Amino acid sequence: MQNERQLIESHLRRDFLRRGLTGIGTVALSSLLAAEGRTEAPDPLVPRKPHFAPKAKNVIFLFQEGAPSQMDLFDPKPALQKWHGQSLPPEMTKDLKLAFIKPTAKVLASPRKFAKYGQSGMELSDLIPEMAKHADDICLIRSMHSEAFNHHPGQLLLFSGSMIGGRPSMGSWVTYGLGSETRNLPAFVALQSGPGTSAGSDLWSNGFLPSLYQGTVLRTGGDPILYLGNPAGITRESQRARLDALRDLNQERQDLTGDAEIASRIHSYELAYRMQMAGPEAVDFSKESPTTLDAYGINDKESRAYGTNLLMARRLVERGVRFVLCMHSGWDMHSGINGALPKLCGQTDKASAALLTDLKQRGLLDETLVVWGGEFGRTPMSEMRRPDEANNAGRDHHPNGYSIWMAGGGVKTGQVIGETDELGLTITKDKIDVHDLQATILHLLGLEHTQLTYRHFGRNFRLTDVSGQLVKQLIS
Amino acid sequence: MSLITTLLFAAFAADSPALPPAATAEIDFARDIAPVLKRNCQGCHGAGMQQSGFRLDDGAAALKGGYSGASILPGKSAESPLVHRVSAVKGAPTMPPAGRRLTVAEVGLIRAWIDQGAKFPATAVAKSARPAAKHWAFEPITTPNVPAVRNAAWARSPIDAFVLTKLEAKKIAPSPEADRRTLLRRASWDLIGIPPTAAELAEFEADQRPDAYQRQVDRLLASPHFGEKWARSWLDQARYADSDGYEKDWVRPYAFRWRDWVINAINQDLPFDRFTIEQLAGDLLPSPTVEQRVATGFQRHTLTNREGGIDDNQFRFESTIDRANTVSTVFLGLSMGCAQCHDHKYDPISQRDYYSLFAFFDNAEEVDIDAPRAGEIGPWLRGRAEYQAKRDALLKEHNVAELQAAWEKDILYTIAHPGERTDWDLAWDCVNKLTEGGNGAKIVRIPLEKRTPRERDILTDHFVKNYHFAVGNKRYKELKLDAATKALAKLKSDYPQLTQAMALAEPPEPRPSFLRVRGDYKTNGIEVQPTTPAVLPAPKKSGRLTRLDLAEWLVSPENPLTARVAVNRVWQELFGMGLVKTTDDFGTRADVPEHPELLTWLADDFRKQGWSRKALIRGIVLSSTYRQASLARPDLNEIDPENQLLARQIRLRLTAEQIRDGALAASGLLTKNVGGPSIRPPMPAGVMEMSYASRGWGESWKESEGADRYRRGLYIQFLRTSPYPQLMTFDAPKSTVTQCKRDRSNTPLQALNLLNDPVFVEAAQALAVNVVSQPESKRLEYAYRSVLGRAPSARESARMSQYYTEQQRLLSDDAKALAALAPYVPPSATRLDTATWTGMASVILNLEEFITRE
Repeated sequence: MQNERQLIESHLRRDFLRRGLTGIGTVALSSLLAAEGRTEAPDPLVPRKPHFAPKAKNVIFLFQEGAPSQMDLFDPKPALQKWHGQSLPPEMTKDLKLAFIKPTAKVLASPRKFAKYGQSGMELSDLIPEMAKHADDICLIRSMHSEAFNHHPGQLLLFSGSMIGGRPSMGSWVTYGLGSETRNLPAFVALQSGPGTSAGSDLWSNGFLPSLYQGTVLRTGGDPILYLGNPAGITRESQRARLDALRDLNQERQDLTGDAEIASRIHSYELAYRMQMAGPEAVDFSKESPTTLDAYGINDKESRAYGTNLLMARRLVERGVRFVLCMHSGWDMHSGINGALPKLCGQTDKASAALLTDLKQRGLLDETLVVWGGEFGRTPMSEMRRPDEANNAGRDHHPNGYSIWMAGGGVKTGQVIGETDELGLTITKDKIDVHDLQATILHLLGLEHTQLTYRHFGRNFRLTDVSGQLVKQLIS
Repeated sequence: MSLITTLLFAAFAADSPALPPAATAEIDFARDIAPVLKRNCQGCHGAGMQQSGFRLDDGAAALKGGYSGASILPGKSAESPLVHRVSAVKGAPTMPPAGRRLTVAEVGLIRAWIDQGAKFPATAVAKSARPAAKHWAFEPITTPNVPAVRNAAWARSPIDAFVLTKLEAKKIAPSPEADRRTLLRRASWDLIGIPPTAAELAEFEADQRPDAYQRQVDRLLASPHFGEKWARSWLDQARYADSDGYEKDWVRPYAFRWRDWVINAINQDLPFDRFTIEQLAGDLLPSPTVEQRVATGFQRHTLTNREGGIDDNQFRFESTIDRANTVSTVFLGLSMGCAQCHDHKYDPISQRDYYSLFAFFDNAEEVDIDAPRAGEIGPWLRGRAEYQAKRDALLKEHNVAELQAAWEKDILYTIAHPGERTDWDLAWDCVNKLTEGGNGAKIVRIPLEKRTPRERDILTDHFVKNYHFAVGNKRYKELKLDAATKALAKLKSDYPQLTQAMALAEPPEPRPSFLRVRGDYKTNGIEVQPTTPAVLPAPKKSGRLTRLDLAEWLVSPENPLTARVAVNRVWQELFGMGLVKTTDDFGTRADVPEHPELLTWLADDFRKQGWSRKALIRGIVLSSTYRQASLARPDLNEIDPENQLLARQIRLRLTAEQIRDGALAASGLLTKNVGGPSIRPPMPAGVMEMSYASRGWGESWKESEGADRYRRGLYIQFLRTSPYPQLMTFDAPKSTVTQCKRDRSNTPLQALNLLNDPVFVEAAQALAVNVVSQPESKRLEYAYRSVLGRAPSARESARMSQYYTEQQRLLSDDAKALAALAPYVPPSATRLDTATWTGMASVILNLEEFITRE
């Protein structure tokens, strides 16, 4: 029996005249492979047809981590003034799920001023003046409901459909369902501003889906993608030489072993090389106008981080990225809310508005779904961790009747969906559960949530778990 | 009836005017009731199906009720859940769930029948509870006959006979044996997880003895690295991680103690039945040893949520669910998770079965124990007196005893009076969530004099560190307790401490366990006793069963699954795919194996060989089937694309850990120490910042120094919310739930990782230094042998020379690049040579062949 080396030698003798030794540069690899009769394993990221005609192609999810206070931003509750500083009667609070405070906690009225905006007369707070100008571009939901009332479970529920870890995140589901429009950049990108989130990498995890559906973190400092840059001492030219040698040697091995997986591996290296070009270009703002940078708040230290990510999100969507998750943390205001909330809004309001303006101007808003929201909302009652300190009042977690907004592809804008009671304790109209929201997001992308399944542990799992109803009102 | 349902019904009773009135006539069951039940109910609650454990075709069973308890209360129709359901009362599940509702008249008849005593005729007796399922995996494990084959010489072992008989029937020739180099590399990757050295290969290639290969296999089986390699897949199944998994994602500094136990157990070839029993119930063995208690750490890798304000009951429930799911998947190969909410749709597993398994774990308590490693006790004992004296002095200096006593009093008051002060509510919540090393909520309720010294220390440490939650930072700092916290920690690090282990314990008094309606932890259904799924042979023992009984039942001769599932996973490791492809599902919808008899034979032989993992693996890797070449067989592309017939071996991309280990080994950087605490290689900037751990809840990633940086991937500290990127990029599990099989994806991010990650760049640099220390004419061969265990072909040499020349041209004038690529130049070489070889080494370390087990 020949040893492997002899096999190689004999193979090479046969093959020697067929092919030269020189590199082939950047010729499209698949055509080259086809020309040489080499098969490649099928590409799982190839764009796939949705279940029906989609309204949107891409998603930018502006995740406000920590749970923003709806009655200070989106859902005015003047009746709280009457109760300010008092406990509510037990029959009003008996069904509340609270994390830290007890039902007897005292009511905290909102100091914010609300006014009507846009043709619809949407009532919004003075803390979000820039977003308020877009009242007619968004659909505001005031009746969101989550089963979870703690951060990590709440974030898991919102992004993976279950409070228990281990399931794929929304971006992975979407990428799995639709494939990728670009092979120069990852299909699903995660961007972070503010400190790390409670759920960390669970928010862009592929869970039990194959790991190529995992979100890729794009960083604003250093290499935009981990290990994107060549190591010190390797120039672009020497990188090309390195990859050419690698490709030729790998092809030798494929010819010997007949393993199609090697062609896929060669392809992956070529994609990596393209990503090395496309990645830095995608995050390079030098061609953006000063007006744009200013609109996103990038010139202001406070709003720079979030603004940078949102501008990046627009650039990524322009370049074919399917799902961009922008996470901004810091909304978890158990204490000092009246000082902290203006600060957070200052960090974010301008850029959220600029993103809508920008997408609209570029004709991208119609095909891009923008979602703004947290994992739940906050209580009308105050949380007082340090009674001896001034302005210490904050708000606890409140999963029953919080607000989010959506804009762009397929969303019926300029309307408010849902209502909460006078004090914001319960939902009184059009309750929308997290699973309903997920079903609707998938629907706008042309995916039927009950059919987007993956078999695992002997069972077909889906993003919406075992529930989820389409919110028809939301769709244009 | 559970408390909740009682309350629910009480509420209905008050609302009873909403119910249709009871009929006034005398009821005849056969005339008035039977047709209604038959038409509307018995499709789901009859002979064929008993949804939610409820049936109306059997009088006794009907009166007993289903999973949520009694539904028919004779004499009390207004309070009977059945009446609420068929009347669609708000808050009760509506029955029938779809289709035609019962008419007011029909409900009236049912009400009257219940009010008149709910009498069933004597004939309403069901024949059998549940038709027994006939399914290959549930058949007893017998000893199948080994088939006769024509090519008897090829059939070295019964394994080969089973494989060959099918091939011969289909007129397919098996592949020739792989060459020696491939064979030894394959066996080394598969048995110890690192490739053979050039010297080991040379020795084997030169060994002319007939049993040369067998000798190599025996050497590998005896290697201490065998345990490391085979521990890894067990760790996947046990969802092993070094952190809590939720939010703050605290590091579990002693999780490794169980990992060490696994490595040792596998190296010592602890029989798989003992291996099973000790991990499930080591604490329940008579006079358990520390190691047997450490083994129960298998069940401690469930996630922990320390978020303020969470409902402890929910997460205790989720941990117990996860334990039941893990045991069921790992040992029985049954994915029972569906039955958490309802009877399994496809498999003969009822919701009652599920919660009966759950009940084995419902009573268990998490405990941390002293689990000293070799050599720890002596120094610890010697330092004890001095440590204790200093600790006492420190506590006294800060007046801790008095402050803590007052604090405890206030905490106990707060427990009894929640809602009076948010700050104290929070302080109490923190006792619950943030006590380190023990259960603070339990300890604080034990009177001081009844606490063990360990319990006292745990609560005192908690108090000193967390008193600020109660009194605020200002007061806390005035008391200098922030300084005291640091001083206590320093004292601990100055004196030897004992390694801890995470274990399970069983309180003497079992607590009742309940089925949860629709899987909701808040809704108790009927009470259940711990027992095994009804479709499988029952345990021999009677009386209340314990975790130990469960473990013994799993490995009992009657159990048809455990051995089959275990050998199938071993097969998967050695052939890339199990004989049953769905390694986590042996249920009725599982993939039907191509070789069911081989599977049964292996399972039977495994048990006959005393459940020896080493004997099982040895038998497989010595078979002709395993030894075949892995080259593609174009003749089989159509007939057997998945290689289920096993007419060849298969090329497999290495795991994340093997890729790291291989690069470090080939470049001479690998530290081969076995066992010990987890290590932290340099984490790329920006990764930790993406998780909550970045918010200052401790130093989660303090880089390891010296040789520890170069240890095997198995030892890399796994933080669930910020996992080490290279592991994730190459498909290591997320470790939230059990995982029985790894993906082998192929992505551009993997290319970037291998090309540019400093770990791999460093490996290339180290290999370059080794290479240029060789005479010039031998360098390429040396590099190829170091990485691939073979010499380059003529064409490969030519291609590498071409690349060499290109690089020299690019690098010769670039002093900066030279310095970066060759930070060190051995005396025998030039910087240009060394830098060029760094590039050459990087190419070889990126070859597909290098990251593939052939």
